[in-house]
Amino acid sequence: MMRFFVGRLLQSIPVIFIVITATFFLVRAAPGGPFDAEKTLSPEVIERLNERYNLDAPMYEQYFDYLGHLVQGDFGPSFRYTNRTVTEIIYAGLPITFELAIYAIMIALVIGILAGMLAAIKPNSAQDYIPMSLAMTGICMPSFLLGPLLVLVFGIWLQWLPVSGWGYSPGDKILPAITLGSTYAAYIARLTRGGMLEILSQDYIRTAKAKGLSTASIIFRHALRGGLSPVVAFLGPAIAGLLAGSFVVETIFQIPGLGRFYVQAAFNRDYTMILGTTILLSCLIVLLNMLSDLLAVWLNPRLALSNEKN
Amino acid sequence: MSLLSVNNLAIDFTTRDGTVNAVSDISFTVDKGETLGIVGESGSGKSVSCYSLLGLIPMPPGHIKNGSALFDGIDLLRANEKTMRQIRGKRISMIFQDPMTSLNPYMRVGQQIIEPLLQHNKITQQAAKEKAIALLEEVGISDAANRYQQYPHEFSGGMRQRVVIAMALITEPDLLIADEPTTALDVTIQAQILELIHQLQQRRNIAVIFISHDLDVIKRMADRTIVMEKGFIVEQGNTQDIFYSPTQSYTKKLIASIPSCAKPENYRFTGDKDSRFLELNDISISYGNKNNAFKAVDNVSLTVKQGEILGLVGESGCGKTSLSHSIVRLVDIQQGQICLQQNPLETLQGSALKATRKDIQMIFQDPYASLNPRMTVFNTLAEPLRLHGIASDANELNSKVLSLMQDVGLEASWANKYPHEFSGGQRQRIAIARALAVEPQLIIADEPVSALDVTIQAQILSLLLELCQQRQLTMIFISHDLAVVRYIADRTAVMNQGKIVEINDTETVYQNPSDPYTKSLLAARV
Repeated sequence: MMRFFVGRLLQSIPVIFIVITATFFLVRAAPGGPFDAEKTLSPEVIERLNERYNLDAPMYEQYFDYLGHLVQGDFGPSFRYTNRTVTEIIYAGLPITFELAIYAIMIALVIGILAGMLAAIKPNSAQDYIPMSLAMTGICMPSFLLGPLLVLVFGIWLQWLPVSGWGYSPGDKILPAITLGSTYAAYIARLTRGGMLEILSQDYIRTAKAKGLSTASIIFRHALRGGLSPVVAFLGPAIAGLLAGSFVVETIFQIPGLGRFYVQAAFNRDYTMILGTTILLSCLIVLLNMLSDLLAVWLNPRLALSNEKN
Repeated sequence: MSLLSVNNLAIDFTTRDGTVNAVSDISFTVDKGETLGIVGESGSGKSVSCYSLLGLIPMPPGHIKNGSALFDGIDLLRANEKTMRQIRGKRISMIFQDPMTSLNPYMRVGQQIIEPLLQHNKITQQAAKEKAIALLEEVGISDAANRYQQYPHEFSGGMRQRVVIAMALITEPDLLIADEPTTALDVTIQAQILELIHQLQQRRNIAVIFISHDLDVIKRMADRTIVMEKGFIVEQGNTQDIFYSPTQSYTKKLIASIPSCAKPENYRFTGDKDSRFLELNDISISYGNKNNAFKAVDNVSLTVKQGEILGLVGESGCGKTSLSHSIVRLVDIQQGQICLQQNPLETLQGSALKATRKDIQMIFQDPYASLNPRMTVFNTLAEPLRLHGIASDANELNSKVLSLMQDVGLEASWANKYPHEFSGGQRQRIAIARALAVEPQLIIADEPVSALDVTIQAQILSLLLELCQQRQLTMIFISHDLAVVRYIADRTAVMNQGKIVEINDTETVYQNPSDPYTKSLLAARV
């Protein structure tokens, strides 16, 4: 298991390196620069700014310079937010985005697995059609529509929950988490249904029934572990997607998370900010995928064996 | 009073094509301590009728139309779910065909074995574990305390079936239903498992319903036998009477279909005894990487004479399929030489390889899997003809395909049907026609009748014999079934662990085996 983990860790180094290199040159190849604004700055000012941020140096020099700082954990200064480093901005925003993502994925898992299980137990019945139709709606509905709808119903009409902010009033984390998690709940419901149906048609489920087990025992003891393997495989990419996709929800609910900076950095050509957030997210994606693979091995003893053989 | 008495049971299945009577009006009884054998071909309703006793058939599409099944005063067909749960696994247990798929791959075997015990008896986990370990030892699993903690994939096929048997017996049921419990196993393992079931039954005095398509297995195991065909009971009575003086024509036909004799005189090899049609010299095949290589075929040398049928016998994993695949270049050999009529095959590339492929054709075990489901019979047969440029125009192609179909006993009007519209036997006829289409010299048949019912198997075997004689074909016939090989092969090679342990005239191998492994194989026959 340890060897598998270390092997995967080593494999991810070139991946991250390629992401860094590609991002570094792509942002510089894009038209426009960090100091283009509506009000044109005088050439002298631009020159001084370029000098200050080392942008007048040859491209390769900038690249190696950046890598040199990066290995020391320094993402560099933000080109747009003067006097703040990228590390500081990430440090402030990431915990909030992360917390939001965790709530969202928990909501997605609970709702998704329950709905998927209900549907799989009685396929092609109302118990299947209703949650699955809701899931389809969830997948189709973008968060910039669902968010305002939830705000309208629960915030304005019913006045049950606050409509914006993060940690200022009790319950203000509920609506953003539901908005962000609902699409994933829908995907997880469909994956659970598919996985469970597959497992429930296996011979060993018939064996379990022949032992005299109740339906609940068959589902929880025999079917769930195998039935959830597609969900586990989806979980890593899903959490990474949640982190990267939190921008819309953060904007709707006025949450000071990282998503906002990530998108604005691209608009602003804030080179170091784009690089910093991209590197962070790609590391998270790699790490979360690895964790979800590990979880899959832990759930399925046959995979552990094939890994030992390799 | 009988332990179980089934009266006028009738089961329907609703399908897209209408209602199918899977089981029609069958009645039988099982007494305490006796073994009832149910034998029949696929689709005869033997499994469905037994599954219905435990409520294990999916409803819908299944539907119990009529009848009753009294087990100790309870009608199993009408009992509520709660009552049934107390009977399943406690008073009536089941053993299923394939121990790999009937055990949960995600659970340790120990947990699976004690599950029925924890479900039905008031017993602690620890006491259940002790009981399970004792039972595992009784069914012949050594080091049971450690094996208890392992997962199903860590067991071999035979060991897995022992686990399933332990699981079925741990609650000390009154009735055990065994559905083809040895069909997925090798002959030597089958013999061990049958013996084990027999002993356990004697020791515990339980009743057994033993379902099998294999007449020999039923003959050995059952006190009384029921013969089923198309949902009806054709004949029932003492096993001895059924096998030695059957009264019904279907039973007679079934028993006559078991290949039990040597190759028919008129089909025996008469060609040149010294010909070297196909020569294999020192063939070795390994799988896996250098550090962890598995030698599937180990220094095998073999000569096949022109016009003979060579039988290749062995248990699963002995290397017989790897060896045959190397001849058609489906796997690469690491060492040795393959010569077809003095031309080396192992180094051929490109067009030369394609040309040689025409001379050697394969017939596979499962025609359903090896035929393309999206191609009609006509296209399946026309494809190799076009590929090798055998037919020059559409008319010739048409007449060639139709004559091929006629040769293998398929009606010309079926040319535009798809594989799923045919029965298993007919599909194997298509596969044979496909192999013959390019007029090969050598046919490699890999378990061509193993997936077929006995009566169909007999038809296909005689078709193969006839075609070989008419077309002067040479054939390598691979099978795990000793009786089938004896019926068809002129010479027989026995493989074990990648090596050929014995090769000789078929009758010599069967009557005077010289190798200890061959002897054990022959002794394991039931």
